[in-house]
Amino acid sequence: MRLELVTRNGKTIMSPLRIFGAPALLAAGFLAVAAPARAQEAAPAPLPPKQSWSFAGPFGRYDQAQLQRGYQVYREVCSNCHSMHFVSFRNLSQAGGPSFSEGQVKALAETFKVQDGPNDAGDMFERPGRPSDPFPSPFPNEQAARAANGGALPPDMSVLAKARDIEFGGLWFMLQPFSQYSEQGVDYIHAVLNGYHDNPPDGFKLPDGKYYNDYYPGHAISMPKPLSDGQVTYTDGSPQTVEQYSHDIAAFLMWAAEPKLVERKRMGLTVVIFLAVFIGLLYAIKKRIWAGIHDDTGVTTAAQPGE
Amino acid sequence: MAVAVASPGTPPTRRDFLFIATGAVGAVGIGSVVWPLISQMSPDASTLALASTEVDISKIEPGAIVTIKWRGNPVFIRHRTPKEIKEAQDTPLSDLIDPATDQSRVQKPEWLIVLGVCTHLGCVPLGHEGPYDGWLCPCHGSQYDVSGRVRHGPAPKNLLVPEPIVFLTDTKVKIG
Amino acid sequence: MSGSTTFVPKNPVLKWFESRLPIIGLVHSSFVAFPNPRNLNYFWTFGGILAFMLVAQIVTGVVLAMHYTPESTLAFASVEHIMRDVNFGWLLRYMHANGASMFFIAVYIHIARGLYYGSYKAPREILWILGVIIFLLMMATAFMGYVLPWGQMSFWGAKVITSLFSAIPLVGDAITVWLWGGYSVGNATLNRFFALHYLLPFMIAGLVVLHIWALHVPGSNNPLGVEVKSKKDTLPFHPYFTVKDGLAVVCFMLFFSYFVFYVPNYLGHADNYIEANPLVTPAHIVPEWYFLPYYAMLRAVPNKLGGVCALFGSILLLAFLPWLDTSRIRSANFRPVYRVFLWVWFAAVAGLGYCGSQEPVGGIVTASQILTFWYFFHLLVVLPLLGFFETPLKLPATITDAVLSTTRGSSGAMVAARTTASPSVDG
Repeated sequence: MRLELVTRNGKTIMSPLRIFGAPALLAAGFLAVAAPARAQEAAPAPLPPKQSWSFAGPFGRYDQAQLQRGYQVYREVCSNCHSMHFVSFRNLSQAGGPSFSEGQVKALAETFKVQDGPNDAGDMFERPGRPSDPFPSPFPNEQAARAANGGALPPDMSVLAKARDIEFGGLWFMLQPFSQYSEQGVDYIHAVLNGYHDNPPDGFKLPDGKYYNDYYPGHAISMPKPLSDGQVTYTDGSPQTVEQYSHDIAAFLMWAAEPKLVERKRMGLTVVIFLAVFIGLLYAIKKRIWAGIHDDTGVTTAAQPGE
Repeated sequence: MAVAVASPGTPPTRRDFLFIATGAVGAVGIGSVVWPLISQMSPDASTLALASTEVDISKIEPGAIVTIKWRGNPVFIRHRTPKEIKEAQDTPLSDLIDPATDQSRVQKPEWLIVLGVCTHLGCVPLGHEGPYDGWLCPCHGSQYDVSGRVRHGPAPKNLLVPEPIVFLTDTKVKIG
Repeated sequence: MSGSTTFVPKNPVLKWFESRLPIIGLVHSSFVAFPNPRNLNYFWTFGGILAFMLVAQIVTGVVLAMHYTPESTLAFASVEHIMRDVNFGWLLRYMHANGASMFFIAVYIHIARGLYYGSYKAPREILWILGVIIFLLMMATAFMGYVLPWGQMSFWGAKVITSLFSAIPLVGDAITVWLWGGYSVGNATLNRFFALHYLLPFMIAGLVVLHIWALHVPGSNNPLGVEVKSKKDTLPFHPYFTVKDGLAVVCFMLFFSYFVFYVPNYLGHADNYIEANPLVTPAHIVPEWYFLPYYAMLRAVPNKLGGVCALFGSILLLAFLPWLDTSRIRSANFRPVYRVFLWVWFAAVAGLGYCGSQEPVGGIVTASQILTFWYFFHLLVVLPLLGFFETPLKLPATITDAVLSTTRGSSGAMVAARTTASPSVDG
């Protein structure tokens, strides 16, 4: 039974009892009834370790160099199997993102062949990519993708970082919104990329064509270990390790999934400050209008308006 | 007094300031909520990204008009013959409803590129039609010459020249 | 009490207009001169907050509909288009998606307030029943709206909920196929859900007008549950309650904004960012948080038809509250036993919500069954009996009496004197 909020490294951060008081007692009593459910589950997968991300928190923003490295990892490794069809080359030059220059994006798009058409003769043809094109997919359709990957479909990566969640359990869900923790997706992606083992633990029967991963649900993942040290050559001197690659690609995927994150958080700050000021003013007016006319603390002889 | 109204002549009080300040903040708030609701109807980023088109003009014979689509509208690319060029250049400006020299409307005299939208009410004019052998609008009879200039109403303006037009090579032109 | 005033505009043009369509007088008598009990607390501002939320949802929804495509192969992509390319599209979508949750937070507080202070009792039964109908329409609207992004949760939520109708004996399967417009949830379903999702909010708006109309006949209930006896018990709606409601609405906007700008996906589900796939069911289907208690009741009953009846019955039963509650006392403040039972019931609903979010195994099933039993036992047995056995506290004669007697040991006259002597004390 779980009454305390425990971080993934086992540290107690806060007791909900202290925060919610009596309602928490009710909930606790209730959880005591519900707890056996938890105990019956198989040994749970370890929770993905929490990473530090530049885009976390109320002032978070993307690290431009990291996104550029992440794009490189995507381009050289992931894009061989994973599509990203909601993202266009032009997005790469967008403010707040990887911020490649428009020239770079144009040059980059031209390195891809894109199918277009039909032309005047009714034939489809290939032409160099343009910034307005979406990222070309590695396979023409789902069936082709499955056929090339042993029956498994490599998921599209456009919104992958928002499509993965971590179940923390307990009452953490009540505090989570106020911690602003919303990096489950990237923490999970980072964990999976670092969670491969050459040999499964004793007693685990790994199906053919699957690979053992600590963090993938059920542990048997169809994707072979995609990254190894030194696989991608960085030009900015960053360490060429799986740890670094997985951070960079996860950050890039977060940007791909939520390209307006920086704009959103920045606007949020303005809105929150604005509303706080507005509330202050309205509160002062409310106090003034109700001055002398108490609702539940007494009635004065103050005259009503118009009298 | 709960709600006192400042009588005329009295200097503004703190409460007047409070009401004015709150009203002003509220107005700013409403304005900033309304703006996204209006702005969302403007062309979106994907539409703006498609704003330029590259055309291969090598296969257009002299005298022919090719229609391509640019920003959702037809664009006429007319490969003019020397006779047509001379006719367009020799037209006196005094004959025109919307005076403009032919030179101001083309970069290379043999290539006339105009937006295929009648300046009257937006129909697509028909090529090689009308008394000036330019375009004739089927909707209300506006006539254009071989430079796309309006010669007979009701259209008030010449056919628009899309901007910018860049000849990337001799056979490839980029519009927009 | 109906607040009708003989409002005559001074401007001759308005006077001409008013004599032909007395709409200014209507607004004036309903929202300016309307007498409200002076002792309303901040729980009474949630009506105004809900009106604001309805308008916010309709405005953002109409705007989103300008960019959304209700077609099964394009719906998911059109939502991504809104998020990425449309000017402020991400803002509008996050406002609309989180707005639904905010709407439900507000409506649950509004309903809880009605339950606590006995707002459903005579002469406000019709007002209450209209509220239950609005709540049902809200649920239908929210459910169909959640289907529109066409993610995995959209699809499977739609499939599970529409399959509820297959529990109806004899015609159930036929009704389900009719609802789907096919043999499964598909393009036809998505398209009709979009049409209805667009329609229902305007029906809600119409019912809200009736709800306010029905409210303005007897006037608002109040924390004491004592009817207004004289003009002294009331204050005009404007400026007292316009400013109070306005303050509450802006505070609520701050809460709303926090979710929109900082945790916009917290109230949603990660699986809904995976495009709908009719061949793969997500490991753990859960509805949106506001449906969790009902979902738990559905699963608590082992029989299919029984579960569906429990789900719908739990809401429909609320419409009969005015007659299930036999006590003549409105406010729980004067009903010591009912108050305890009510808090237990609120806790049961919250507990059901938690059960609904968990996988239905072991203790969760038992807990849901106990809590479901208690949900109905409270409404069907506790409430009718309490009216006969409970000894209520003594009610004050009038609202004015009550507020005077609670003036922390000083008499009303003394308070008056103090306030008059130092008017700046209160601001």
